[in-house]
Amino acid sequence: MSRLIYLDNAATTQVKEEVLNEMLPYFRKVYSNPSAVYSFAQEGKVAVDKGRKQAADLIGAQAEEIYFTAGGSESDNWALKATAEAYQDKGKHIITSKIEHHAILHTCEYLEKKGFEVTYLDVDEDGKVKLDELKKAIREDTILISIMAANNEIGTIQPLKEIGQIARERGVLFHTDAVQAYGHIPLNVDELNIDMLSASGHKLGGPKGIGLLYIRKGVKIKSFIHGGAQERSRRAGTHNTPGIVGIGAAAESARIHLQENIEKEIKLRDYLIERVLKEIPYTRLNGHRKDRLPGNANFSFQFIEGESMLILLDQLGICASSGSACTSGSLDPSHVLLAIGLPHEIAHGSLRLSLSEETTIEDIDFVVDELKKIIERLRGMSPLYEDFLKSGKEGGE
Amino acid sequence: MYSEKVMDHFNHPRNVGEIEHPSGVGTVGNAKCGDIMRMYLDIDEDGIIRDVKFKTFGCGAAVATSSMATELVKGKTVEEALKVTNKAVMEALDGLPPVKVHCSLLAEEAIHAALWDYAAKHHLTIEGLEKPVNDIEEKIQDEEY
Repeated sequence: MSRLIYLDNAATTQVKEEVLNEMLPYFRKVYSNPSAVYSFAQEGKVAVDKGRKQAADLIGAQAEEIYFTAGGSESDNWALKATAEAYQDKGKHIITSKIEHHAILHTCEYLEKKGFEVTYLDVDEDGKVKLDELKKAIREDTILISIMAANNEIGTIQPLKEIGQIARERGVLFHTDAVQAYGHIPLNVDELNIDMLSASGHKLGGPKGIGLLYIRKGVKIKSFIHGGAQERSRRAGTHNTPGIVGIGAAAESARIHLQENIEKEIKLRDYLIERVLKEIPYTRLNGHRKDRLPGNANFSFQFIEGESMLILLDQLGICASSGSACTSGSLDPSHVLLAIGLPHEIAHGSLRLSLSEETTIEDIDFVVDELKKIIERLRGMSPLYEDFLKSGKEGGE
Repeated sequence: MYSEKVMDHFNHPRNVGEIEHPSGVGTVGNAKCGDIMRMYLDIDEDGIIRDVKFKTFGCGAAVATSSMATELVKGKTVEEALKVTNKAVMEALDGLPPVKVHCSLLAEEAIHAALWDYAAKHHLTIEGLEKPVNDIEEKIQDEEY
């Protein structure tokens, strides 16, 4: 069994070949420190500048508004902690949502311990932030709204334009964790009134260990990593030249092929969703039906548990993920699935399949065919399914 | 992360199913934390476990520990079955990852719950058997067998 069907692209992606080829010279040939004075450093500096421009172009930003970091989590930490510090004289209230990535949620919890107040907005059953609740949550002392662009588990895309507009009207900064969205859906920081945006290289065919924070000109957030004068003295540390070249090349490729990739993935995703919902009973789709990431499908299969499903899929060479407790290392299933109102036992039976532009219809057919057998088998040994059959009552969709 | 034995019992679980008129049946666990085990026992007049079946909702370790537990009690007397501990189940599976140890506890608890039901139905007292913790949802607790 050598076949590998990788449907966990929301976790990480394969570095694109053309991206890798662009990066390679910067390991051995052009290994110079871009900050140095001699001419050997110049080539590295040119590469960093190019990467910055490419990364900026994807979201309609200026190159000098892009600050490279070591990844999405650092960008999220920086955006929140540094904003809190810089704007605490104005107020100590932050608004976010209950379905954010832990890089946001745990940073917010940290800030709460430091005396900040955080409002965690509920989401509706599709995972969307309710705009009227957002408006109501804004106070005199609110300094920041941080709402993710698209959710990593259920794929729901937030009404960014409306959120950005509300934030702008009320004079509050708007940060968005766009780690899942950057390079996958159109994003324009000006049209969406985004003040800060986090992104990561490895989610769009770039390398791991490189991310960025877009900071709109005029936002006064300070340094988070102190040291040298890199990144206009806002983020110290020798430039990760190959990483920056990589995220730049990946952003460039994503920008050029954005519409074509979106159309291709949506077609495959919808085919996957339709087949699963039609052919596997007692199944629900998690997340918004239309406003979702092109490559994301997330299902809950009643009466079964996610880890068992993942092991059986793995034995067939299929890589997927689940929001069950067993896969999270805690006793509770995914906070996102609970926030959209799923009962625990339904949340335990979730499966996320995240596609890439490399995914084929043959892959999808193979996965659905096998998934049907796996679910039937696991239900056959499930006491919950036994009870359901015996009680004869309707237990869900 | 799992031993070969765990994988074998997960892939080829022994004694999966139900027993039509069981001498005793017990369900333990909680859908909230993601594991529910149900154990059916068929016990003859001499107090020997002639047949055992299980159903489990849970992770790979939950399935494997249930399967191993059924193997360990099959053909044993009630008293012997009572001595099958979670440790014995774990050892028979060549160990479990630390986060999965609770699955073996659940398997032990499932045996006890089934024995408790057997004792109650037959008005017996089994020495050393304590009332199991039926920490599961009402829906399952209220089922009649």
